[in-house]
Amino acid sequence: MQFMIDTFGLYFGTFLFILGQCLLLLVLVLVALAFLMYADRKIWAAVQMRKGPNVVGAFGLLQSFADFIKYIVKEVIVPAGSDKVIFFLAPMISFVLACIVWAVMPFNEGWVISDINVGILYIFAISSLEVYGVIMGGWASNSKYAFLGSLRSAAQMISYEVSIGLIIVGVLISTGSLNLTAIVMAQDGNYGLLSWYWLPHLPMVVLFFVSALAETNRPPFDLPEAESELVAGYQVEYSSTPFLLFMIGELMAVVFMCALITVLFFGGWLSPIPGLPDGVFWMVAKILFFFFLFAMVKALVPRFRYDQLMRLGWKVFLPMSLGWVVLVAAFAQYGVPGYARWAVGG
Amino acid sequence: MVITTLAFYLFALTAVASAILVIVSRNPVHSVLWLILTFFMSAGLFVLMGAEFLAMLLMIVYVGAVAVLFLFVVMMLDVDFATLRGGIAQYLPLGLLIGLILIMELGLVFGHWIFSENAPDLRAAVTPIPEEVENTAALGQLIYTDYIYLFQAAGLILFVAMIGAIVLTMRHRPNVKRQNILDQIYRDPGEAVEMKDVKPGQGI
Repeated sequence: MQFMIDTFGLYFGTFLFILGQCLLLLVLVLVALAFLMYADRKIWAAVQMRKGPNVVGAFGLLQSFADFIKYIVKEVIVPAGSDKVIFFLAPMISFVLACIVWAVMPFNEGWVISDINVGILYIFAISSLEVYGVIMGGWASNSKYAFLGSLRSAAQMISYEVSIGLIIVGVLISTGSLNLTAIVMAQDGNYGLLSWYWLPHLPMVVLFFVSALAETNRPPFDLPEAESELVAGYQVEYSSTPFLLFMIGELMAVVFMCALITVLFFGGWLSPIPGLPDGVFWMVAKILFFFFLFAMVKALVPRFRYDQLMRLGWKVFLPMSLGWVVLVAAFAQYGVPGYARWAVGG
Repeated sequence: MVITTLAFYLFALTAVASAILVIVSRNPVHSVLWLILTFFMSAGLFVLMGAEFLAMLLMIVYVGAVAVLFLFVVMMLDVDFATLRGGIAQYLPLGLLIGLILIMELGLVFGHWIFSENAPDLRAAVTPIPEEVENTAALGQLIYTDYIYLFQAAGLILFVAMIGAIVLTMRHRPNVKRQNILDQIYRDPGEAVEMKDVKPGQGI
């Protein structure tokens, strides 16, 4: 960074440096995403004893890139009577929000673009905005199917955001900080794997994983795009690049949720075995592990009925996570080991 | 400082412009979207002032929850806004009068803005020192430690209002079939399904 400042001056140098960081992270995430999409399909295929993509490149490794080119060169179809500006704005919002949320995600100690004090709130704010891409897309399409799909999707995302927020509050009470790096550092203990937050917050890890599935519209909660009922939900009228943006945004949110679970409950870049060095390797390995779980859930679990989904969100998850917040606050106040780590994380 | 100033003017001008567009645009859905942009820009202004917690809260509460509700309602409403606009000439004088009164009140308030001599001391007595605690922690101390009873009382009032709204709008309709999930889960396939061995060419 000092080199950039010396070469280009204080403002421009800093600006260029941050821009470089952003581009580097974005390119890495997008390339990783291409292979994760391939992995997702391969896992799904393996569960169903199919071969999956195996034609483009060795073992079909380049399938995602071929799909990418196909989406780009297809014709963009705009439905008659649609609100054109909002119609194209919606996928862009989806994609951009999915990208900028990575700004506060730490991959290693100090490996973060913006180490802000309210990191977790920033993530929460951005992911509560993601619902706009869905609503705007469904409304602007001027189609009943798309509109109904978007309403269902939006209601689902809002419902599960509430319980995700409360689960995060439990972790925040334990840490005493809203900074993601501080949350990871608070999990650094002498017992490796056992000193992470998943142990004291065990019930909430399960709840968070299920809520993350619902929040990102993954199966078994993919009601918005339930093929047999609603064609493809809010994306019905989208084709070509706008559809691609929606899809990348969705998948990016999935990977981000994996990273968030890793940071909140599974110690981020900390090594699971005491003695082994911490590092970005562990972070990536954990994200991949949770992505594998997401893919397996997609392959194994049948779809929920919509009213059951809503009931689960409001009548089961919300009271449970609310009760857990009260419990954790009491544990932390009265010094139950493992719950109050302000001194470490602070 | 240059970048901060530039960012301030960007946020401020966009906020004002989109606020104007909220009331000018013909399509109510567009109005709500402009409103969301206004909220967003205000959050940006908060960040520039160093109130990052308030900024994030503004995004989560107003943009993420309140505006979504607005958008839902406006999208579902089947109101012909052209006919509503027809009466604009009738209501214009009244609207202008109210606007004028509001502007005069604001002018009076800001024209005679005087600090009480005790006010800075009183405020300094409860405000944590910025160097020692970060923004969010300071706010938490104020709300949840120093003013906990007032804060809880405000929360209670809101809670009562919410319950009141639910009580007022809830109707018990007797003839509606409701689904009991527990009943559905505990259904036994042995009782509900009967297996028949049907020979080919025969009916049951």
